[in-house]
Amino acid sequence: MTAATYFFAILFYAATALLVVGLIYKIADFARTPAPLLIPTTPAPTTTGGVVFRMFREVALFESLFKSNLWIWAFGWMFHMGLFLVLARHLRYFTEPVWTWVALIQPFGLYAGFAMAAGLAGLWARRFLVERIRYISTPSDHLMLALLLGIAATGLLMKFVMHTDIVAVKTFFLGLMRFDIQPLPEHPGLYIHLGLVAILMIVFPISKLLHAPGVFFSPSRNQADNPREARHLAPWAAKLDAK
Amino acid sequence: MAGPEIKAPPFRDIPTIPALIPGAMAASKPYVANQKVQEGIGFRGELAENWQELAIEKMGDLLGKYRSLKVYMDSCVHCGACTDKCHYFIGTGDPKNMPVARQELMRSVYRRYFTLPGKLFPSLVGAKDLTKEVLDDWYSYFWQCSECRRCSLFCPYGIDTAEVTMAARAIMDHIGLGQKYSNEILAKVNKIGNNLGLPGPALEDTLQGLEEDVKEETGVDVKFPLDVKGADVLLITPSADFFAEPHIDSLIGYAKVFHAAGISWTLSSYASEAGNFGLFNGSYEMMQKVAMRIRDSALELGVKRIVVGECGHAWRVAYAFWNTLTGLGGGGTDPFSIELQKQLDPTFRQPSHICEVTWDLIQQGKLKFDKSANDHRTITFHDSCNVARASRMGDSPGGQFDIPRNIIKAVANNYVEMEKSTVREKTFCCGGGGGVLTDDLLDIRVKGALPRMEALKQVSDHDGVNFMATICAICKAQFTKVLPYYGFNMRVVGGVHQLVSTAIKLGDEQ
Repeated sequence: MTAATYFFAILFYAATALLVVGLIYKIADFARTPAPLLIPTTPAPTTTGGVVFRMFREVALFESLFKSNLWIWAFGWMFHMGLFLVLARHLRYFTEPVWTWVALIQPFGLYAGFAMAAGLAGLWARRFLVERIRYISTPSDHLMLALLLGIAATGLLMKFVMHTDIVAVKTFFLGLMRFDIQPLPEHPGLYIHLGLVAILMIVFPISKLLHAPGVFFSPSRNQADNPREARHLAPWAAKLDAK
Repeated sequence: MAGPEIKAPPFRDIPTIPALIPGAMAASKPYVANQKVQEGIGFRGELAENWQELAIEKMGDLLGKYRSLKVYMDSCVHCGACTDKCHYFIGTGDPKNMPVARQELMRSVYRRYFTLPGKLFPSLVGAKDLTKEVLDDWYSYFWQCSECRRCSLFCPYGIDTAEVTMAARAIMDHIGLGQKYSNEILAKVNKIGNNLGLPGPALEDTLQGLEEDVKEETGVDVKFPLDVKGADVLLITPSADFFAEPHIDSLIGYAKVFHAAGISWTLSSYASEAGNFGLFNGSYEMMQKVAMRIRDSALELGVKRIVVGECGHAWRVAYAFWNTLTGLGGGGTDPFSIELQKQLDPTFRQPSHICEVTWDLIQQGKLKFDKSANDHRTITFHDSCNVARASRMGDSPGGQFDIPRNIIKAVANNYVEMEKSTVREKTFCCGGGGGVLTDDLLDIRVKGALPRMEALKQVSDHDGVNFMATICAICKAQFTKVLPYYGFNMRVVGGVHQLVSTAIKLGDEQ
């Protein structure tokens, strides 16, 4: 077995651990921090069911962004939905036998790879072309797009130009999941692809990628508008409120 | 700040997004609160020597107390959706008035002191030390935010710049850098019971004068009761309603509604203020202290209903926060809230907005109007930000938009809606909300009014609109001041209950 096999095995164990521990820590932190006042952006749903529906529209359709800016919405939605399908498609590398629905979406996942790359390219172009967005962009905003676009490009490259032995790749990952390390094919495109994915996993809990769990904890979106019907209390504030 | 130099920006033919003018408004700073004012409301008298340390400590405290702040600091991806949504950015072109850039003033500091990447690679992730220069920017630009929440409506994560502004102001108050206007008001309301510092006897005098005026005008004995124990309704209204124009015409309107419907009501000299500047400064304790006066007054007077007059941020605090802060609402299960709630009549919404009261009475056929009395007016309605995006009226979402419009249409014949991207939840702030309604900030107030003035100009030119109704004391005061800068008469703005007052038939005349 090559040194690269061991390197990537260790890298993915470490990246997975950091991703899981980091995300659990941040999510627990969000959950534990109280929201002392009801601040939904109104008009807002008055029931929990309504809040679930509002959140679904935000997460699946990017409703607020749609109302805000059609260009950002189009590129952003294309990228995220592409990413979602591509991720779902990649489940075949981690399951044996492959689940039926994962098998069924394989052809769509292919187009999704291109949609993802196109969306990213559009978002990146805006960081250069639109004065306001250029002003607010930090180096890390550009690097994040480079990282994601690099992952998409190397993935597409392996699918359409420089094939790799995906059966061996699958054996490697199934092996990792059973703590039984199997050889990883020697392929520069694959190394870059996996290296970038590992970086993405590592930075996820300490970067703006936290918007993914963050949106679910956003009080302006996840609170029901019912302050006259029920008394809303948070622990630190309740001490002041109940005297 | 010399008054005459302040000019309104020109109307845009097509509402294009302005090009960036970095630093355009960097010099706009409100007067700093003096030591006496600061200490009077429990803050440091002047900027502490170790202010930087105190500020970071306070930021850590707030991050642990407010999920909103924590999530909003972590979640922004700099997508740019909010960049063209703020009226102050539209009116000034100053990039730091883009909501994301305003938040970034705090987020860059948050990253530096509270996140790993910011500690290790500050320039990579845009993290900054909290220097005097950064603090100067805070004081400029967090006092160029009216906490109107328009950006939060358009943000894919609902990030609300108002929450960030409130936290920044709380931190600045904490280190001894308070704003004169807001903190003087807080001192007055705590001492006297209203933001104007109008003592009880003066209030009594004013109300007596109003009774005489209304009697002279209508021949009817419309009462303006004060501190009446056992009245059904306690009316909590912004103190501007007691003396300012056009506010006072709405107060007359409320009194006529209660009179015509035969509802016994009272004002309170102890709680003679609906406004609550604790909200603007992000101080939970202060906001609660101001709100407690209303609870105490309600218990003292033994009233069965609490009704709130025309005031935007006051309605936000009343509707969304009173139940939490003081138990004034419904559904309470703890002794503190039950003590008040068992006294209140549960068949009414507690608290109710005066517009809810009037609209319910209209629907029950208890009020009669001569709509033609308003025929000299062609009316439009300006949604106030805190009512639109932070509260509700009636039983279903959006009632805060429909109920005031329904009232106007019930009392007047000529109603015109402004451009649809500037009304309802998308409404633009008047430019004076959130604690910036002071003459030392007149420049930003005038510029921030641009989007609303453009929409008004359109309906004024095309439909002959000559009256913009609103239900907020700050909107009324702000427009009265800035309308002339845009070539309008200051009397164009007025209250919804001013229109009610014009058209209502008082029972005794029929």
